[in-house]
Amino acid sequence: MRMLLIDRRAWQEGLKRAAGQYGLIGPVKEKEFHSFRPLKPGEMPDLAFQNSRLSPKHVVYPQTEPMFAYTLDEAREDRHLLKEVRREIPPRAVVGIRPCDAKAFVLVRLNFDTPDVQDPYWLRAYEATTFIGLGCNAPCSSCFCTTAGCGPFHEEGLDLLLADLGEAFAAKVLTPKGEAFARTAGWTAEAPAGAQSAFQERARAAEGRITSFVQTDHLKSIPVNDLYNAPFWEEVSFSCINCGTCTYSCPTCWCFDIQDETRGKSGVRLRLWDSCMYPLFTLHGSGHNPRGTKLHRVRQRFMHKLKYFVEKYDRGIQCVGCGRCVRLCPVNIDIRRVCNMMNGFAVSGEACAIP
Amino acid sequence: MTSTTEILRETAARLLASGAVEMVIGFRQGTIPMMNEPCFVRKPAEAGLLVWDSHCGINLANYVTDRKEKKIGIVAKGCDSRNLVTHILENKIRREQLVVIGVPCRGMADKRKIAMKCPGEILRVHETETAITAEGEGFTRTFEKADVLQHNCSLCTHRNPVIHDELAGEPVEEQQGVDRYADVRAVEAMSPEQRWKYFEDLLAPCIRCYACRNACPLCYCPTCFVDESRPQWVGKGQDPVDVRTFHFLRAYHCAGRCTDCGACERACPVGINMRLFTKKLEKDCLELFGWEAGLSLEVRPALDHYRPNDPNDFIR
Repeated sequence: MRMLLIDRRAWQEGLKRAAGQYGLIGPVKEKEFHSFRPLKPGEMPDLAFQNSRLSPKHVVYPQTEPMFAYTLDEAREDRHLLKEVRREIPPRAVVGIRPCDAKAFVLVRLNFDTPDVQDPYWLRAYEATTFIGLGCNAPCSSCFCTTAGCGPFHEEGLDLLLADLGEAFAAKVLTPKGEAFARTAGWTAEAPAGAQSAFQERARAAEGRITSFVQTDHLKSIPVNDLYNAPFWEEVSFSCINCGTCTYSCPTCWCFDIQDETRGKSGVRLRLWDSCMYPLFTLHGSGHNPRGTKLHRVRQRFMHKLKYFVEKYDRGIQCVGCGRCVRLCPVNIDIRRVCNMMNGFAVSGEACAIP
Repeated sequence: MTSTTEILRETAARLLASGAVEMVIGFRQGTIPMMNEPCFVRKPAEAGLLVWDSHCGINLANYVTDRKEKKIGIVAKGCDSRNLVTHILENKIRREQLVVIGVPCRGMADKRKIAMKCPGEILRVHETETAITAEGEGFTRTFEKADVLQHNCSLCTHRNPVIHDELAGEPVEEQQGVDRYADVRAVEAMSPEQRWKYFEDLLAPCIRCYACRNACPLCYCPTCFVDESRPQWVGKGQDPVDVRTFHFLRAYHCAGRCTDCGACERACPVGINMRLFTKKLEKDCLELFGWEAGLSLEVRPALDHYRPNDPNDFIR
C-alpha cells in the first residue's frame, strides 16, 4: 500500500488546490469546542484537537433533512403529490476525521444500504464523500476503541489515513478515492522508509496509550431474554434523565423520525434524528407506549448496541468506542460499565455486584 | 475532621438500618473526572457508595418526582432543598415521604471552566475545602474553588438547605451583597434587534437533545408541549423558530418556580447558557412579587395565588 509524505507546506497548498474540486469539511474550533463544518475558502482545518465534541455523522446524515416537498394548493395539478427534494452533493472530503468516526459510517451503512432497501439520501451523501482520517496520537482517557472493533489508526471506512509526524504527515493511501484526492492535492512524494516506520511507530504507540477497555466476548452467546430480564436495569437506568445527548452525540446511532411541516399551502416532509431515549419514539397512535418507562428506554439503547446489533449483523458491537456518550452524559451513565455488566452476566448467570 | 461524605454514609446507613427510610438517593463516585452519578442505596451495607464533593451538581429533587416509596432519604444541597419544597407545594411528593439529608453547600465546580483552564485532558481531580487541583499528562493546576464555581453557584444566596431532617455538616455562611442579575440587565439594556441577534447566537448550537429540560426538576409534565402530536405545537427540526419556541416556552413554564440550581446549563452538551431566560423570569418575580421560589412550605407561589395587592401596571 502506497504511503506519501506531506510536509506542512504541501499540506496547506494541497488543500487549497483540492478545494477547487472538492467541498472541504473539517474540524473547526468555535467557542469552546471543535466541530466539523464546511471550510471557508482558504480556511484550514484545525487539527489541534482530541476529537470533536459531537460526532461528524451530520456530514452524511443531517439532523434535519428535507426528503419531499408538496403543495396543498387545490388550483395546482400537482397538489398533494410528494416530490423528491434532491440534495445535489458535489464531491467533498472530510479532512481530519478520526478513525472511530469513519468506522462508524461503515456500521451505519449496514442499516441504510441493505439488499432490500437502499436509502438514497444517506448513500448519495456517503458516496460523494472522501474520508481523510487523522490517526489519534493522543487518544482520550475515555476512548475505548481498541476493544470496540476499532483503534486510533483503524483504517476501515477511510480513504486516506494521516499520521502526524510533527514536521510532516505520513499518509497511507487506502482506496482509489484516496488516491484521487492525493493526486488532486498534488501530494506525490513517496514516504521514505523512515517516515513509513514512524507511521507504524505512531500507530503502535497510540494503541498502547488506550487505557480504557470493554469486554464483549460473551455478548453474542448470552440468551437475549436473560439479558433483557437481567436484574441490573433498575440500577443502570436510575440516574438517566432520558435526554438525547448520548444518541445525538453517538456516531453510530441512526434512528430517525419523519415529519411533515406545512406553511401556508406548501410543505416539506423532513427526516429528523430521533432518539430511543424519548417516550415519543415508540408512542403508538392508540396511546399505548411499549417502552413506557425510562427503564425500558435505557435498556433498549444498550440492548440495541450491545446485543441485538451483535446478533443481527455479527459485526461486533454497534459502538466504535469514541467515548462521547461517556464524556457528555449529564449524569455519568457509562456504556463501558454497562457493557461489562452485560458481558459478565453470561459468566456468572446472576446479577453482577455494583462496582 | 469528619468529611461530608463520611457523615452522609453514616446517616444513610443509620436511616436504612432503623427502617426510617426504604432508600437513600445521593451521588456515587463517577467514572470520569468531575462527574458523579445520582444513585440510590437500599441496604446499610451499600451506604459506602455515597460520596460528596464539588461535582454533585445535578439536582436530586428530579429523582423523587412521583415516587411511591413511603419513606425516601434524599441528599439535598441548598438548591435541591428549594426544589423539594417546590415539589411538595406542587404535589409531586409529600413532605412526610421524605427524610431530607441536608448538605450545606459551598458551590459546585464548573467542569468546563476548569477544562478550559488546563492545557490538556484532565485525568485526576482532587479538592480541599477551598481549592481544586486538576492533573493531566505533564500538568498540575490548582484553582481557588471560588474561581471555578458554576456561575449560578457563585451567585447563590441560599447555600444552606431550607428544609432538612438531618444535616451533614455545619451550616455555611450565606454569600452577602451578591449582584445576581448583572447578566440579565445587560440583555435587558439591548435594543430589540440586538437582543434578537443575541438570542439567535446563544441558541445556534442547540441540538434539541432536551438535556436542559430533562435535568430540570420542574419539568415533569407527563407529555411536554414539544412532544405533543395532537395537535403539534412546535416543529422538531433545527429551524431557529422551533428551537427558540422550545427554549422560550420551557423558560416560561419555570417562571416563579426556578431556583437557579444550574442543572440545565450543566447538562447541556454544547454549552448553552439557557439560564439567562429563567433568570430573567426569576428577576421579574422578585421585583414584581418579592418572590423567591422554594423558600417556604407555608406560602403559595406568586404565580399560583392571587393577592389583591399584586402589581397590575401591565393592564392598560
